[in-house]
Amino acid sequence: MNTPAPPQQKPTTVWQMYRSIVGIGAFCALLIVSVYQGTSARIADNRARFLSSAIEEVLPAVRSTVEVSLDESGSLVAAAEAADLPAYLGYDENGDLVGAVITARGMGYADNITVLYSYSFELQAIVGHKVLESKETPGLGDKVELEPHFLANFEALDARLNEDGTALANAIVTVKEGEKTEAWQLDGITGATITSDAIGSILNQASSYWLPALERDARDFQPPQSIEE
Amino acid sequence: MAKKQVNPTDEFIKGLWRDNPVFIQMLGLCPALAVSNTAINALAMGAATTFVLVMAGLSVSLLKNFIPREARIVSYICIIATFVTCVDYAIMAISIELHRALGAFIALIVVNCLILGRSEAFASKNKPHIAVMDGLGMGVGFTVALLFIGVVREVLGSGTLFGVDLFADGFQTWTVMVLPSGGFFAMAIWLLVVNWIRQRQEKADKQTSEQTGEAAS
Repeated sequence: MNTPAPPQQKPTTVWQMYRSIVGIGAFCALLIVSVYQGTSARIADNRARFLSSAIEEVLPAVRSTVEVSLDESGSLVAAAEAADLPAYLGYDENGDLVGAVITARGMGYADNITVLYSYSFELQAIVGHKVLESKETPGLGDKVELEPHFLANFEALDARLNEDGTALANAIVTVKEGEKTEAWQLDGITGATITSDAIGSILNQASSYWLPALERDARDFQPPQSIEE
Repeated sequence: MAKKQVNPTDEFIKGLWRDNPVFIQMLGLCPALAVSNTAINALAMGAATTFVLVMAGLSVSLLKNFIPREARIVSYICIIATFVTCVDYAIMAISIELHRALGAFIALIVVNCLILGRSEAFASKNKPHIAVMDGLGMGVGFTVALLFIGVVREVLGSGTLFGVDLFADGFQTWTVMVLPSGGFFAMAIWLLVVNWIRQRQEKADKQTSEQTGEAAS
């Protein structure tokens, strides 16, 4: 910008500027739209495959799922459109209800953490969890995805409701590593205190929201005809 | 500036060593430090950047007479951003997991000074095939540099290479190497090595020229 233009160069007309910027803009827009069109089907496909593999990971018996949501009165209905944080009822190959898969989000150490976890109606417990999105410190905060003793919490994390079925009987909390005494406690991770605490509070919050309705309505829930694979 | 003969092969090779973008020019350090925590991330980031470098170099070089001087930066950024968006979609179409691992850094290729720098300083003054070779050389040089850092960090920090376990269970991983500070450590070590080799080379060159000088006199 400080270097003067070569002397032989003619002054740029407005038309030249207009032509180049509009021309490049139009060409770039065309390119982006065509690439988007070309890849959107595969991307949607990949997303669906990623979600279904994540669901299979947290609830292996599931063969088909149906997305559900809560209406204004708090009853369980089939979701009209895909939610930001969806919940699914999972059915096995005979069409029997095996559990629910819930996505939940909450603040971790660095940013929001999004987790997918499964609830077993038979055990009334949380039986699997997978972190979908997190920006936690690699090597420390991301231990919640890897650390065996933390993952062992999800063999059967007690999530029973109280006698009225309106709330969790015991709030799900994370305790210090090695101090887990109750089935509804999460054995935390030293070095990832904030992240493992966050997982506990995310699960507690989402379960308080979903589980009363799920326990009340899910068994009688009539899945719509088109069950997606 | 004197007009000098340009050879496409030279333009390719210079990006690998003499003008290596990361180790010599010190450009594009943000992605080089941020996504080199595993070798596979480094490779993917390098490939994406190479694609954008080549395509942006080609487009800028083809359009160099069409773009007026005053509007060049905005035009270049627009072209670069377009190709980055295309790469973003392509990576999502290939693998969602990879896209998650690279995170925000794909979008940040747009502001990688390496790409704008090569477009502005080189592609806008050279023929398309030369610009493509330059982009390719710089891209491969960038990828190799990222891979060097990534391999060191992954082997020491996670005990794996390309996701394959290297050590028996007894290996205590150096967690610090996968943290951001590990990027600086690995980068510093490689800079040390590169500069040491360069210095030796220069010394050797000087000696040979002195010897030939003596022989000539």
